[in-house]
Amino acid sequence: MKQLSLDVNIAGIKMKNPVMTASGTFGYGLEYSQLIDIENFGAIVTKTVTLEPRIGNPQPRIVETASGMLNSIGLQNPGAKIFIKEKLPKLKEYEVPIIANISGRNETDFVKLAGLLKDIGLSGLELNISCPNVEHSGLFAQNADTTYKLVNKVRKVTGLPLIVKLTPNVTDVTLIAGAAEDGGADAISLINTLIGMSIDIQTKKPKLANVVGGLSGPAVKPVALRMVYEASKKVSIPVIGMGGIVTSDDAIEFLLAGASAVALGTVNFVNPNTCCEIIDGIKIYMRDNKFNKISDITGRVK
Amino acid sequence: MKIFSVKKEIIENKKISAGCYRITFESRKIACMAKPGQFLHIKCSDTYDPLLRRPISIHSVENNVIEILYKVVGRGTGLLSEKSCGDSIDVMGPLGNGFDYQSLVTCHLSPILVGGGIGIAPLYFLARKLVEKYSNVTVLIGADAKHNILCVDKLKKLGCRVKVSTNDGSTGINGTVVNLLKKELSPENVKLKIFACGPIPMLKQINRLVSVYNVSSQVSLEKRMACGIGACMGCIIKVKNGYKRVCKDGPVFDIKEVIWEDL
Repeated sequence: MKQLSLDVNIAGIKMKNPVMTASGTFGYGLEYSQLIDIENFGAIVTKTVTLEPRIGNPQPRIVETASGMLNSIGLQNPGAKIFIKEKLPKLKEYEVPIIANISGRNETDFVKLAGLLKDIGLSGLELNISCPNVEHSGLFAQNADTTYKLVNKVRKVTGLPLIVKLTPNVTDVTLIAGAAEDGGADAISLINTLIGMSIDIQTKKPKLANVVGGLSGPAVKPVALRMVYEASKKVSIPVIGMGGIVTSDDAIEFLLAGASAVALGTVNFVNPNTCCEIIDGIKIYMRDNKFNKISDITGRVK
Repeated sequence: MKIFSVKKEIIENKKISAGCYRITFESRKIACMAKPGQFLHIKCSDTYDPLLRRPISIHSVENNVIEILYKVVGRGTGLLSEKSCGDSIDVMGPLGNGFDYQSLVTCHLSPILVGGGIGIAPLYFLARKLVEKYSNVTVLIGADAKHNILCVDKLKKLGCRVKVSTNDGSTGINGTVVNLLKKELSPENVKLKIFACGPIPMLKQINRLVSVYNVSSQVSLEKRMACGIGACMGCIIKVKNGYKRVCKDGPVFDIKEVIWEDL
């Protein structure tokens, strides 16, 4: 029997398995390193980094919903300087590719950030043009033109593999996926959270201080899967699938739908050991279905 | 690794009073690391609904046996209360910073523990540690009524001086635990350190009180959490110089540090 190979190469990022972290759910890896071996992941995608520090949104920032949760963290982060000086050096001690997720208010912010994050040992950049919890940047990925222009500008200033993270809050995700590819993206990742809301019927107030927030967790998986399926048929660059994955069956569904790798988000909060369980599950599935490598599974939905 | 994720068999899940339960289980790893004021992040459902873990303070650690004392406040804790002896409990911890009681010796301070309602839960663990070194541990316990006054006997058994208050006067003084605390404070006696846990209005009153007497105080706070280990930024509170995470920078804070108007 042939040796199973779980390693994947996403736009030049070599990963020993296709299971990544989803931005915003894993901090800068350091908190989780006290609990699990973070090198188990194929790659670590950091919490969003912005040019300047952001204090984020007021409380309450999280609400539990049916098989899911709403968040409106608002990209709280210490900013690029502290990321480069304090967070990244510690994270780089681990043998795992690191992808910095970056966001900005405008094209200039993204370009400056991409410039700052060159030659510091990152394996790639993920452009967060789809966070629903900030005033300005949410709109980039809701419009094909702005997506194309932004990706194109960042493309010109960085040689790092460029992943563009898309929002599900659009009428046709394939248009945005195509625009990202045309703009020079090396891969796309989807989905970011779905905009949602929850109301306390006693106080009659929204449960989130920000009124609306991003829905994640198992509740969003069918939507995410459909969008990965649609987007991967449209583009020829790799697709990283995410949204509500909690089991290896979920992860395999995303691969079958067209993803070349998957990312774990909300499940990290619930069961930080999920990565290993999913890798084990994928191995069993590959053996049972005579797949030798991950790319054999990608897009095999009939 | 300093934090553990374990699945353990429940030794006992006992109803202590209306809506309050105590779960006992064994974990050598967690017991070795646990400090008073820290908490465990507990998965209450075997499915993904409800999705998130519930942060519950550590009530007691003896040898390798850990106890949590909790109140049923919603679906998660409701499901937890339905678990029986022999069922599995999925626990992450110990988490958070815990109380700072090491400075008591160097500053010659006498500890006063103030618990409102289920807020007594983490203070019992603290009392157990304190009585090892101090003979003058005072514990003030308040609740709405007699049946919600918890842990009195076992705190007395430790040798603590225990005072009780109830809103309806069914036991102890008729009033709140803040009334009890007032009696302990005087301008002459500032060699105290207060450790408090309870509802926000109670903690706010304590804040006003201790700012008059300038008594060193620590409070244990509660917030809805997702990750529980400092990664998601869901449980932040406003402090003097920005935001802090209740799960990682807390749950115990210096009373002066917290922006109380924001809570």
